[in-house]
Amino acid sequence: MSFAQLVSDIIKLWNNYGMIYLGGMWKTVSLAVICTLVGCLIGFLCGVLQTIPCAKTDHVIKRTLLSVLRAVIRAYVEVFRGTPMILQAVFVYYGLPYFTNNAVQWSSVWMAAFTVVAINTGAYMAETVRGGILSIDPGQTEGAKAIGMTHVQTMVNVILPQALRSILPQIGNNFIINLKDTSVMFIIGYSEFFATHKAVVGATFLYFPSATVEMIGYLFMTLVSSFLLRWWEKKIDGSDSFDLATKDTLAHTSGMVRYRHKHAARLEERGR
Amino acid sequence: MDQKKTGDVLLQVSHLSKSFGNNLVLKDIDFSVSKGDVTSVIGSSGSGKSTLLRCINLLEVPTSGQILFHGSSITARGYNVPAYRAKVGMVFQSFNLFANMTVLENCMIGLRKVMRQDKATAEETARMYLDKVGMAPYINAKPRQISGGQKQRVAIARALAMEPEVLLFDEPTSALDPQMVGEVLDVMKALVKEGLTMIVVTHEMAFARDVSSRTVFMKDGIIWEDGAPSQIFGHPQKTETQEFLSRFFDR
Repeated sequence: MSFAQLVSDIIKLWNNYGMIYLGGMWKTVSLAVICTLVGCLIGFLCGVLQTIPCAKTDHVIKRTLLSVLRAVIRAYVEVFRGTPMILQAVFVYYGLPYFTNNAVQWSSVWMAAFTVVAINTGAYMAETVRGGILSIDPGQTEGAKAIGMTHVQTMVNVILPQALRSILPQIGNNFIINLKDTSVMFIIGYSEFFATHKAVVGATFLYFPSATVEMIGYLFMTLVSSFLLRWWEKKIDGSDSFDLATKDTLAHTSGMVRYRHKHAARLEERGR
Repeated sequence: MDQKKTGDVLLQVSHLSKSFGNNLVLKDIDFSVSKGDVTSVIGSSGSGKSTLLRCINLLEVPTSGQILFHGSSITARGYNVPAYRAKVGMVFQSFNLFANMTVLENCMIGLRKVMRQDKATAEETARMYLDKVGMAPYINAKPRQISGGQKQRVAIARALAMEPEVLLFDEPTSALDPQMVGEVLDVMKALVKEGLTMIVVTHEMAFARDVSSRTVFMKDGIIWEDGAPSQIFGHPQKTETQEFLSRFFDR
C-alpha cells in the first residue's frame, strides 16, 4: 500500500460516495448545532434557577421550593454527566417503548438522538453557566439592585450577558465535543457522518481510505467551528477604542485612556 | 427645632443592629435624615459606617431594628424593595458600572427597565445628567476604557438619572488618586448646592467639615457624636471623637 494508492482510493470513494459523505456531515452538523443551542438554553435555565438568592429570612415555602429545585437539577446533572452518552441513547431509545408496552415510540431516530444529545449538553452547560454567573463581580449585582432592578432584570440585563461572554469558550468546547460525539448515535441507527463510514466500508471494504476521509471531514468541521467561534468572541468584545462624542476640537481630554488598536500596534512593532 | 423638622423626615433609623455571625457590627443605631440634609458619616475603617449605609439600601438585611422611609417600614413583609431602591440612589467605592454596557447605556438601563421609560426620554435624561457630571463626550466608551474618576462620575450620573429622593455615597473617593478625588468632590459639591439629600460615608475630612450640613462620628458600631460639622470638628465632646480627629489632622 503506497501513498499514491491511498490517494487514488480516496478519490474513488469520493467520486462514488461523495454525496453520501456530505449528507452524513450535514446530519452531524445540524444535530450538533441544534443540540448545542437547546443544551445552552437548558444550561442557562438550570444555572439561573440554581443561583436564585435565598436568605434565611425568606418565606418557608420559597425556601422549600428552592431546595427541591436545586436537588432536582443536581440529580439531573449528576445522572447525565455520570453515564456514557452511548448508553443513554440506548436507554432512552428502547426505554420509552419498553415502559409503555410499545404504546409510545419515538417518532423518529432523529428525535431520540436530539433528545439525548441536548439533555446531555444541558447537564454540562448547567455547571458551566453556574460557574459563569459566580465568576461575575458581586458589585455588578449590587449596582443593579441599587437602581431598583429585580433579580430577573439584574440577571437578564447585567449578569447573563457578562457570564455568556466568559463561558463562550466553553460553549465552543461543547459544540466541538458534540460534533464528534454525535457519532455514537449510530448505535440507535442515526445516519450521521460516522454511520456513513460504516455503510461505505460495508460496500467497498476500503476501511483505511474511508477512515481517512472521515478524519479529514471531522477535522474540517471542527476547524471551521473554532474559527467561527473565535470570530464571534472578538465581535462580542467590540472595538478597543471609542469615539469622543464632541464636536469641540479643543475638548479637554486629560485622564482619558485610549487603547491602541491591535493592528496599529502590530504595524508599529514591524516598523522598529 | 425637632418638631419643626418631623414633617419632612425622609429616613428614620431606630434601634438598628446588624451582626455577621457573632460579630456585632452595628449596635442599636438611632439616626434620621430630613429632606435637604447633607450628612457625612466619618470614623475609622471597620467602625460600621458602610454597613449602616448598606442597611439603609437593604443590600444588607438588618438583624434587628427598624428603618422607616416616609413613615413606612422598609423591612416589613411585602414592602416593595426594588421600588424603594429606585428612590434611594447609591454610589459605591468600586463604582460598579455595568461592564457590558457603554457609559450612556449604564445611565439609561434603570430608566428603561425600572422606570419603564421609552428610549428617547431615557436617552435625553441620561445625556442631561452625564453632561452635568462632565462625562457627555464619553457616552460611547465602555467602563474599562475610562479612568477611575470618570467611572465614579458616570456612576453618580447613573444614580442621579433615577431622580432619587436621597443619594447614598459609600466612600466614593477612596479608590481614587488625588486629582480624581478632586473631580468627584467637585461634582458632589455641585449636588449639595442643588439641595439634594445626601448621606456620605467618607474619609475626606475637608468635605465633611466644609460641605456637609451635619456630621456623624462612628466607632465600633456606635454613633458617638451627631451634630453640626463646626461643632464636631471644632469642639468634639467625646474623647473618642477627639482621638480620631487628632490622628487625622496631626498627619
